[in-house]
Amino acid sequence: MQPIISIKDVSKTYKSGVQALKPLSLEIMKGEIFALLGPNGAGKTTLINMTCGIVNLSTGVIIADGNNIITEYKEARRKIGLVPQELHTDAFERVIDTVNFSRGLFGFEANPAYIEKVLRDLSLWEKRNAKIMELSGGMKRRVMIAKALSHEPKILFLDEPSAGVDVELRRDMWEMVRTLRQNGVTIILTTHYIEEAEEMADRVGVISKGELILVEEKNALMRKLGKKQLVLELAAPISEVPGGLNGYQVELADEGRRIIYSFDTQANDTGIPAFLRKLSEIGVDYKDLHTEQSSLEDIFVSLVHSK
Amino acid sequence: MNVHGIQAIYRFEMARWFRTIGQSLFSPVLSTSLYFIVFGSVFGSRMVEIGGVSYGQFIIPGLVMLSILTESVSNASFGIYMPRWAGTIYELLSAPVSALEAVCGYVGAAATKSVIIGLVILATAYFFVPYTAQNWPAVLLFLVLTSVSFCLFGFVLGVLADGFEKLQIVPMLILTPLTFLGGTFYSIEMLEQPWSTIALFNPIVYLISGFRWAFFGAEAADVNIGVSLAAISGFLLICLTAVWWIFKTGYRLKN
Repeated sequence: MQPIISIKDVSKTYKSGVQALKPLSLEIMKGEIFALLGPNGAGKTTLINMTCGIVNLSTGVIIADGNNIITEYKEARRKIGLVPQELHTDAFERVIDTVNFSRGLFGFEANPAYIEKVLRDLSLWEKRNAKIMELSGGMKRRVMIAKALSHEPKILFLDEPSAGVDVELRRDMWEMVRTLRQNGVTIILTTHYIEEAEEMADRVGVISKGELILVEEKNALMRKLGKKQLVLELAAPISEVPGGLNGYQVELADEGRRIIYSFDTQANDTGIPAFLRKLSEIGVDYKDLHTEQSSLEDIFVSLVHSK
Repeated sequence: MNVHGIQAIYRFEMARWFRTIGQSLFSPVLSTSLYFIVFGSVFGSRMVEIGGVSYGQFIIPGLVMLSILTESVSNASFGIYMPRWAGTIYELLSAPVSALEAVCGYVGAAATKSVIIGLVILATAYFFVPYTAQNWPAVLLFLVLTSVSFCLFGFVLGVLADGFEKLQIVPMLILTPLTFLGGTFYSIEMLEQPWSTIALFNPIVYLISGFRWAFFGAEAADVNIGVSLAAISGFLLICLTAVWWIFKTGYRLKN
């Protein structure tokens, strides 16, 4: 796959001396959904804002679809759409006017049919003549997306798209993102909802304290770092891990009513049969058992904490 | 050239103006009309002629200038400060719009509003104090030059301001006093020394004098028309440079 965005040695140090981003390089592939994860203040929004032209670069170069975002900013920006994290809207404007405004601002001539399609896809058509101030938070978020899509971008940045929206809208939005991807749009999203990245992303990048810790294909990451656990509900609580289980990665939970055995998903032999036999040998009875797989969230937390 | 971008900004700003037409057009027209009623119609008939024109006619250029200056600065500063304050500036900064194009949109719309206000006030004035201008093209030229220059100035203020109250300081505490003292209601030749010389340091004197020249000729003007034109052109140049620098560096717009 060809990279559609190429970020090379880009860093950001604010005038106050705060280094928001350490030099990082990253390539976003054409047509993929890339999720940028990281705690608050990690530098995700700074990276997005630099790519979109809102924040100046301290060092480095960013190429968007073959155009340098500084020297060929007009060509580059025409291809980029941004849905910012905050709901910045003109309260007194009508929905249709603000979306038409965005299309014009990005240098495109009016196209009522396309704008109608965007508004219909986002369930905004009925509200097209409403003032933005009359809309709910979720509807305002849809307006922001409509504005970003108004100029038919090839690259779409969604900065925390699900912040403050209900489950239904979140599902709608995921559906829309998938449709956009099918139409060839490359999507870069930042999110706090790991579920969102897990559900949609092809690749995941993790930023922490201004540093890009890793970039990995999502499924590979989950395979590599994900662990599985066997959880046993004990017939009677125990106070400590029995000595006979030395050598197994075991911990007690729920005040000694559960034993959790962790094993490597990559290993051919999970060790479960031997572990269960060992329990019988040392006389630990259990009444139920199930396995759990770590989520992207667990992986993310352990990555950020280990740094 | 992103013509659609300029049009989008221009239409957006004009729509904002029309939404609040009562405040943006009728308010300056009403307050200026009150000046014409009191100083033009009522007092004017008892005053002596200045520079060969009746007092009522004499104050027309200064009063139009007073409205133009304050409205230009308020409109243009508000136009760019609002997106900064509301956060919607992100869209302008991420759009393929050059500094020149953004200024054409914002300042062009603000200047259009000022010229409309100026023309409406001139039409209103005619009902109270009938007048004729000796040089209408010069009237229009001064109207447009002043509107554009002070809209640029307002744009700079809107970028520099970090609060709504600061947007009001310049029009209220600087422009209005300077306009009142800059010969709106009198000729600076009527002042005694050293005030008539000190008044020449007030840049507004040159604008009002030039505008008055366009209406009533050299006899009614305080300074030479060439000096007036040089003053307004110089101010325009300074404001253009400031705007160019702001966009080039992203000062107060970008981090």
